[in-house]
Amino acid sequence: MSTEPTEVVEAGKHAGEPGATKEVEPLWHSEADELLVPPAAPVRSSESEDFTPGDLSAGLERSRGGFMSRLRGILRSGPSDADWESVEELLISGDVGGVLAIEIVEGARARKDAPSAEAAVRAELAGRLLPGEHGWRPRPAAPGQPAVVLMVGVNGTGKTTTIGKLAHVYRAEGRSVLLAAADTFRAAAIDQLRIWSDRTGCQFVAHAPGADPAAVIYDALDAAIARNVDVVIADTAGRLHTKSNLMDELAKMRRVIERRLPGSAPEVLFVLDATTGQNGLSQAKVFHETIGLTGIVLTKLDSTAKGGIVFAIEDALHIPVRLVGVGEKLGDLLPFDPDAFIDALFE
Amino acid sequence: MFDALSERLRKTLGALTGHGRVSADDVDAAMREIRLALLEADVNFKVVKDFVGRVRERATGVEILESLTAGQQVVKIVNEELVALLSAGDRAFKLTGNPAIILLVGLQGSGKTTSAAKLSRHLVKMGRRPILVAADPYRPAAADQLETLGRSLDVPVYRAPAGTSVLDIAKGGMEAARKLVRDTVILDTAGRLTVDEPLMKEIADLSAAYTASETLLVVDAMTGQEAVNVAAAFHAAVPVTGLILTKIDGDARGGAALSISAVTGLPVKFLGTGEKTDALEIFHPDRLASRILGMGDVLTLIERAQETYDEKQAVKMAEKLRKNSFTLEDMLDQMEQVRKMGPMGQILELIPGMGGMAKQAQESVDRGDLKRVEAIIRSMTPAERRDPNILNAARRRRIAQGSGTRLQDVNQLVKQFGGLQKMMKQMTGGRLGRRMPGLFG
Repeated sequence: MSTEPTEVVEAGKHAGEPGATKEVEPLWHSEADELLVPPAAPVRSSESEDFTPGDLSAGLERSRGGFMSRLRGILRSGPSDADWESVEELLISGDVGGVLAIEIVEGARARKDAPSAEAAVRAELAGRLLPGEHGWRPRPAAPGQPAVVLMVGVNGTGKTTTIGKLAHVYRAEGRSVLLAAADTFRAAAIDQLRIWSDRTGCQFVAHAPGADPAAVIYDALDAAIARNVDVVIADTAGRLHTKSNLMDELAKMRRVIERRLPGSAPEVLFVLDATTGQNGLSQAKVFHETIGLTGIVLTKLDSTAKGGIVFAIEDALHIPVRLVGVGEKLGDLLPFDPDAFIDALFE
Repeated sequence: MFDALSERLRKTLGALTGHGRVSADDVDAAMREIRLALLEADVNFKVVKDFVGRVRERATGVEILESLTAGQQVVKIVNEELVALLSAGDRAFKLTGNPAIILLVGLQGSGKTTSAAKLSRHLVKMGRRPILVAADPYRPAAADQLETLGRSLDVPVYRAPAGTSVLDIAKGGMEAARKLVRDTVILDTAGRLTVDEPLMKEIADLSAAYTASETLLVVDAMTGQEAVNVAAAFHAAVPVTGLILTKIDGDARGGAALSISAVTGLPVKFLGTGEKTDALEIFHPDRLASRILGMGDVLTLIERAQETYDEKQAVKMAEKLRKNSFTLEDMLDQMEQVRKMGPMGQILELIPGMGGMAKQAQESVDRGDLKRVEAIIRSMTPAERRDPNILNAARRRRIAQGSGTRLQDVNQLVKQFGGLQKMMKQMTGGRLGRRMPGLFG
């Protein structure tokens, strides 16, 4: 499949500090060769020490801000027209979107079955989310085959970090995991994934920077099949959905998976930054058309952002949010629970 | 860039422009559309409220309603208000002190490291000697990323051993700058959430210890309603002097920039327009406002052409056009020149009235249409390039095989080139002036 040099590291064989096996690198290059120190690879203590999963409402505590609590105050006291307008604005301020906010308010006002205005708004919001699936795990197409997870998204949403967290979850369950470094574009993306692989005790497949990402995936699947690996998680380069050549590259990766594992249904997880505004819908649409998304990971939900674009995405595309990222610790990846999500917003 | 917003406004205001006179109902309808368009563009809802209020107030004035060109006047008002919003603050890029310090701050994933590399390249172009300092000790391989980028630009990168505090990294970076006689230090810091108090304190301490001449907040153009709060929180922790708005080569409408400028008074100083290290543009509010309104951005286009166009070659080309000796070889050169200016879609977007074509053109580039043309010409002999008339069936078959294209692709190119030559004959024959009204009227 590929003529690129393949680097395959088995778990445990790449032990020790990341970078420890590398040659000593110059402190700065091109001008000061006399000043030498080893490359920095600091580990944030919180990431390596605390593996206990947080709880959703704690993770969301900072995220809801005053959004829903103010909304709740308004809704309790029997809303007037002006109050409903405030509800609309509050929804908009949570990135629910102008059009959808108007729809939700109109829907809530028209509801006759709801015991209160708050319940009506809640019901309208809930109606736009798919039911959660707590025990969700990527599944292999046939027994003995690896389950395949492909992480996709625009630049800077947290794909590589999410992979680290997801690998940690599966490793903790005793499954063998192989990480495929199919982001061959961003500088040092391969190193970043390798560090996560070392931290979580995963196997690792990478090619040289600039290699064909589809070839990396092909080789990763080969390695995974040969070694009976349970889960393959592939990192991909962040790409803006407007770059059709990069989107074609993504489609090729999927074709390669289908060729190597016929009949397999890879999990294609769309990683979405909770601070993303209305553009999130446009992103999700194009990624979905290109590669067929099977789920969403909503990251950085521990920020002040509310992630309201999820309502529009689920409403339009019916792709479930599988996981939420609520911090920088390895354990800060939680299953998405729509009721808890809305509850946490209202608390 | 900012496609969808311009399309929305174009539609709304285009309808107004259509019937000349504007009634109060028309204004209401237009304001509703503008409100939704701006909200969809992620402009903060409070900013939208103010904006629409101001536009409405000016648009419902008696004079405007009486005017026959009311539609155009509303367009003008919206444009003026957009420019006003985008014109906040002092956009000058200040480099004081020796070395001058540029501090980059922002949320995770906003594009700080890429922007740091782009800025260093921009500074080298300005004649400065920058050094990049990897002050993100948290994200795995962040320093590697900066070092790889620095190496590709031949800009030195300072990185410290594991466990070094951010303050010590900065100190080491300053020492390195002195030793290497560098006049500008770019500090690339870790991404951080505004609610992360220890990390916000860390950046405040860094900023207090080293007075930066520019403290730039890197903001993702796709950011939603939170943009304003994020900017305010960073501004409270460190004295932010301006914004770098990244990833606007996507279809995000970039309301974040409008909102932040409007609420905090901070100016946008640079735009990140692509993944390559040269994809950094200086921000011009009037150009962006025109672009939002679909009026094109001719100034940026001219600037880009001047930067990339070889003047001698241009003179030679003009001569060729005059003598009517434009060949396929020249066409190849022209394609090369245009490509140097940047992605085709982006170029077309800058031309007034071409906004809609931009996407189509970019798609055709992505499909490799231009590459195909190039391959075909390159498979021709010099004689064939000079005179396509000698291309008989056998030669065409050979060219198709040589370039890996189909015979009809070759035929199509030859036909198109014939048309182009004919057009040029007319232009240089001085008949263009007479033809122009017919073409555009």
